[in-house]
Amino acid sequence: MLLITCPHCGPRPELEFTHGGEAHIARPENPAAMNAEDWTEYLYMRANPKGLHAERWRHLHGCARFFNALRDTTTDQFVATYATGQPRPDLKGAGQ
Amino acid sequence: MQKFSAFELFKQGLNGQAGWKPQWRSPEPKAAYDAVIIGGGGHGLGAAYYLAKQHGMRNIAVLEKGWLGGGNTGRNTTIIRSNYLFNESAGLYDHSVKLWEGLSQELNYNVMFSQRGVMMLAHTVHDVQVFKRHVHANRANGVDNDWLSPEEAKAFCPPLNISDNMRYPILGAALQRRGGTARHDAVAWGYARAADDLGVDIIENCEVTGIVRNAAGAVEAVQTTRGLIKTPKIGVSAAGHTSVVLGMAGVRLPLESYPLQALVSEPIKPVFPCVVMSNTIHAYISQSDKGELVIGAGTDIYTSYTQRGGLHISQHTLEAICELFPAFRRMRMLRNWGGIVDVTPDRSPIVAKTPVPGLYVNCGWGTGGFKATPGAAHTLAWTIAKDEPHPINAPFTIERFRDGHLIDEAAAAAVAH
Ligand SMILES: Cc1cc2nc3c(=O)[nH]c(=O)nc-3n(C[C@H](O)[C@H](O)[C@H](O)COP(=O)(O)OP(=O)(O)OC[C@H]3O[C@@H](n4cnc5c(N)ncnc54)[C@H](O)[C@@H]3O)c2cc1C
Ligand SMILES: [Zn+2]
Repeated sequence: MLLITCPHCGPRPELEFTHGGEAHIARPENPAAMNAEDWTEYLYMRANPKGLHAERWRHLHGCARFFNALRDTTTDQFVATYATGQPRPDLKGAGQ
Repeated sequence: MQKFSAFELFKQGLNGQAGWKPQWRSPEPKAAYDAVIIGGGGHGLGAAYYLAKQHGMRNIAVLEKGWLGGGNTGRNTTIIRSNYLFNESAGLYDHSVKLWEGLSQELNYNVMFSQRGVMMLAHTVHDVQVFKRHVHANRANGVDNDWLSPEEAKAFCPPLNISDNMRYPILGAALQRRGGTARHDAVAWGYARAADDLGVDIIENCEVTGIVRNAAGAVEAVQTTRGLIKTPKIGVSAAGHTSVVLGMAGVRLPLESYPLQALVSEPIKPVFPCVVMSNTIHAYISQSDKGELVIGAGTDIYTSYTQRGGLHISQHTLEAICELFPAFRRMRMLRNWGGIVDVTPDRSPIVAKTPVPGLYVNCGWGTGGFKATPGAAHTLAWTIAKDEPHPINAPFTIERFRDGHLIDEAAAAAVAH
């Protein structure tokens, strides 16, 4: 079981969380302008990287708030957590 | 190829069984092939076999980054069934069951296909309604599936607890008698041996690290840890790593990779005659011919490539097993492990051409593609050889997500395996 650090509550067991999938997939601002390819990309296509993954988590059985995390999918180690709405942290030069 | 037969066994016995040769060669990769398959699991090896056998393509290779069957083929709980809801799925999965029925003869290799019956338990009114709908839909498609009362279910599987003082009592079951299990390793080895015999080069410890395309965008070569290999056709059958491999050609897919776990108990005498699945309380179980109880757990909630999963996931499954089969409460588990499964949004696979000319993909089998090994291999080979799908895999495209033609087994059944 993973130990996940909620930015609001601190370290808590994985059981308290739900996983919200890939982060930074913005809801279309002008749906009427979207064609079928755009919708496919928005609804279904996923990066699914082997390595750092920017993803959404929700501390459902705690503060119930969403936050974003960067996690390495080859080790499951959390590298950073950050608030929703914030850009993906640039880890270059941070020794990562 | 040294044929296996009772006579051959006897003959070799006269010589202390010392005359057996390796089952397949271990060749150096050539500079170029007519087609290359990425992934030496059952699907990839089978595709190579059918390409050579049915389409006359013999100058081909299977590239495997580890060892044959070391991926999900060697990690799964080997449940085989075809009682899926939709017509497209019934077509593909039942095509596979029919191929399973003749596979040991076809390959001259005992894949230990055992049609011992797969029973799915219903615990809620919703389960009962959904399963009965499945039974009717399956029958309309010529796929066998029977509805059983709790007493009939217990008669078919005596260890089953059908008392009504359980948290989720058993209200009935759907039974596919043609379903069952097969020996996972034997499927990979049987296809490898037969493909090798037809001239296919099977190359282990050879990881594909890049896909080279020409000016027109078509496939030209693969970069590997054992050098550059030219080829005009690539079939990808890399299960959990499909997004990574297709990313090398710039193709994005509707896939997410999750860890899925299984575990086996210490071996015991035969006590368990069939396969039992319960999706509602999430457990599935059978007994291997070695005597181990083979138990499948669920996926983790997050994507990962670690090939292990959280312990609480298997614990959850074991709790369900102990409730369904109280006799197993004192069993010890011997090993547990994980595999990485590639899941699509509608829980149906993709066996299709890609937007890149010469690049074909077989993926999205998620938690349930072992059962489809022969059918996926056969239709992938057809698609590669003819550059167009077989009618059976034609609906399983990438474009179905754009066009809204989902084959939504996820919503239909929420049945995992
Ligand atoms: C725990 C568990 C239980 C399961 N239970 C069932 C079940 O009961 N019934 C059922 O039908 N299905 C089940 N499945 C699903 C089933 O195992 C898979 O769908 C099926 O085996 C996939 O076969 P494959 O040949 O496509 O993949 P694999 O056997 O995974 O083969 C893919 C191969 O590609 C190789 N590869 C990846 N990347 C590269 C690269 N860059 N270069 C070279 N090679 C590469 C890998 O090393 C691997 O050997 C289960 C899966 C798991 C993990
Ligand atoms: Zn919190």
